[in-house]
Amino acid sequence: MNNNWYMLTLTGEDQPGIVARVTQALFDRGLNLGEASMLRLGGNFTIMMMVSGELDARTLESGLADVARSLNLSLHIDPMQGGLHRHVPPNFMVRVSGADKAGIVAKVTGVLAEAGFNILDLESDVAGRAEQPVYIMQIAGIASVPLETLEDALKALRSEGIDVNISPVETLVG
Amino acid sequence: MDALPILTIPDDRLKQPSEPVTEFDDRLRQFIGQLESTRQQGPGAVGIAAPQVGHFRRIAIVDCSATRKPVPNHGNLVLINPEITHWEGYEIGREGCLSVPDYTGNVIRATRIRLKAQDVQGEEQEYEMEGYEARAAQHEIDHLDGILFIDRVVSRRTDLFKRKVYR
Repeated sequence: MNNNWYMLTLTGEDQPGIVARVTQALFDRGLNLGEASMLRLGGNFTIMMMVSGELDARTLESGLADVARSLNLSLHIDPMQGGLHRHVPPNFMVRVSGADKAGIVAKVTGVLAEAGFNILDLESDVAGRAEQPVYIMQIAGIASVPLETLEDALKALRSEGIDVNISPVETLVG
Repeated sequence: MDALPILTIPDDRLKQPSEPVTEFDDRLRQFIGQLESTRQQGPGAVGIAAPQVGHFRRIAIVDCSATRKPVPNHGNLVLINPEITHWEGYEIGREGCLSVPDYTGNVIRATRIRLKAQDVQGEEQEYEMEGYEARAAQHEIDHLDGILFIDRVVSRRTDLFKRKVYR
């Protein structure tokens, strides 16, 4: 198998069949899939997907142009370094919620970054009602400092009305 | 003692239900010794089940006595023909498996369980477990029924929130 990986980005208005038709097009061209994240954001469907194969980036792009056009998806392809089997299990989970206000993500992640916390996975959403939005975020990550250090660092944010808590993640292996 | 080879996915034998143990003899004790060595050599494994080494008998070992942060535990437990008799509460936790290399995922398990099992001598024992140890026991007993944690993984979006309890 070819070890050249490309990162494919596809986004567009959500409709049934996007994943099926895109992955069928990839399969028809002899491409292999790697890790992927596919989800609906704000009524759009978004795909970020590792693919590998014998094609160069240009051939890959023209090979996918038809399916992207027919589904009204914008397509972007980057050659990428790296590959599979580089997972790092998180050892902390941070949960944030609060009235949606400017800078909430920057503040929380800034504090974490300063403590050497590396984000592996961040999901954020805006819930509540249009006139009273609530920001909700979960961050899985890895840090080598103790829980107490991160707790202390996040404590200051609570006085600013941001509900944030952190808990250790101990992955059970059995 | 040498570690036994571990079956890994996509080996179909991991889906095979295991048979009850009926003979509590020296051969059983010798196998349990090998199973325990295998667990100890699996990096950071708090449990192992006999079918993971291709021995399809209802035998599991759970040992949560050496976790990074101490958790309530019963020490090194050999669970033979285990049966969960009571479940209470549920929580999400992250799991991995010696039989599923390079993958971890979130799984919902009961917070507290009561379980009956026989020990190496064949004596009936009963345990009450909570949290991490209860999770480990549920993970291992699943193996005896041919179930892997990847069959139970929940989407991160499904529910990662610690539900607040309103009274």
